[in-house]
Amino acid sequence: MEGEVMMKLSKYVLYDILRSKIIIAYTLFLFIVSISMFQMEENSSKAMLSLLNIVLIVLPLVSLVFTTIHYYNSYEFIELMSSQPMSRTRILLSEFGGVSISLLSAFLVGVGIPVLIFSADATGFALLFTGMCLTLVFASIAFLTSVIARDKARGIGFALLLWFYFALIYDGLVLLILFSFSDYPLEKLTLLLSALNPIDLGRIFIMLKMDVSALMGYTGALYKDFFGSGTGILFTTGIMLLWMLLPLWLAVRKFKKKDL
Amino acid sequence: MIRIEHINKRFRKLQVLDNVSASFTKGQVVSLIGPNGSGKTTLIKSILGMVKPDSGKIYVDEQLVNSDHTYREKIGYMPQIGRYPDNMKIGQLFKMLQNIRNTPVEKLDKTLIEKFELEKIFEKPMRTLSGGTRQKVSAALAFLFNPAILILDEPTAGLDPLSSEILKEKILVEKKKNKLILITSHILADLDELTTHIMYMQEGKMQFFKDMEALQEETGELRLGKAIARIMKGEQFNNEWIDKMLEIKNDEKIY
Repeated sequence: MEGEVMMKLSKYVLYDILRSKIIIAYTLFLFIVSISMFQMEENSSKAMLSLLNIVLIVLPLVSLVFTTIHYYNSYEFIELMSSQPMSRTRILLSEFGGVSISLLSAFLVGVGIPVLIFSADATGFALLFTGMCLTLVFASIAFLTSVIARDKARGIGFALLLWFYFALIYDGLVLLILFSFSDYPLEKLTLLLSALNPIDLGRIFIMLKMDVSALMGYTGALYKDFFGSGTGILFTTGIMLLWMLLPLWLAVRKFKKKDL
Repeated sequence: MIRIEHINKRFRKLQVLDNVSASFTKGQVVSLIGPNGSGKTTLIKSILGMVKPDSGKIYVDEQLVNSDHTYREKIGYMPQIGRYPDNMKIGQLFKMLQNIRNTPVEKLDKTLIEKFELEKIFEKPMRTLSGGTRQKVSAALAFLFNPAILILDEPTAGLDPLSSEILKEKILVEKKKNKLILITSHILADLDELTTHIMYMQEGKMQFFKDMEALQEETGELRLGKAIARIMKGEQFNNEWIDKMLEIKNDEKIY
């Protein structure tokens, strides 16, 4: 019965999102970019590399900003629902459900279909897997920041700051650490550091499925050993799941105590 | 039906609710009155679980608020400012809430939808509606599920006289069904013919809770507006009168 109510609510959330047409524009954008990548590059693995960068940079950004804006735009809806016989947890999870379904479908249509047509191999599936994970991870993070920040401007600012951190600043910090301590064996540490940033984790996971990993020397070989194995896949999936569930859980906890 | 025990709420430096306790039973029409910012809406939102008090407990039909959400099935709420999803059409809004509440169609109370002639504008999106029409939608939604408790926050503000009269008639009908009705309003004339009890709040504190007859007797005023105006003016005579009333209140076991 509760689950049924949640589905109904998610349906209305989805309906509302589709009405706004932004998600359709996003799907088209991804589709056109993916197709043109495959058309421009002779070699499909080169195209995959370009596509990888899109997935790693654009996806988290869109996921964060779209989710944040959606949350603030649905504030009235959330308010209305909270005066109805419905638990706060269900309300937030239905919102999350609606947003993730729409973002995931945009990704699967926009990137999934071209990849399946032009490059349906292990690398292709790794890219789709990573893209789906990143979409959900950053939607979940955006829910947490939106529940915490009181107004829209702050919420979006917060989301952008997080994107800068994960997509740009974090790599710089890692490089700094690696250079400063280059006399020590750092393979284990870099492995740990990659787990602390879902974008990095995704990048390593896909890169190792590509031929380019041969160029990465000893560290690359070590990574290939780890990420290529069953434990590696389990590790990636586990860490990604943690990145999805932890922010969402914190968001629900915070939301339950919030004054509307 | 509703029991409020020592609730406190603070927004930063402002104490919005200061140790408020009260008890409402069915058949009562309670008018919550007080100056702007006296904590009426916060009290109502606390009952609905939308605002979480810092301390204290609220029970609705012996069910503790904030432990479970099912008690809200018994409540119809009309907010002060009805805010609805912009893209949703009026018809969809009603359908969605029916869908979520899962109330059988024969138990729905569509009187207000019919009297306000909302069906004619079912296809209009919420964002195009005027403030008054929004109020009508809010009112129709509050009564739709035939709840045992009605909470109406400034129900007649923004309504034209005709609609206001329709709403008042509807409240009277529900009053006869032995429901509990909580109303806040600044238009005291509107409350005159409806109300059975008065709860007066100021600066987050409950000043008194009286039934209408006692109030009329003690102020010598028949009209609610005049009686309350005396208190709000804060004349010496009335201050004493409030003190006296507070003494009486303790004997009456209102807490």
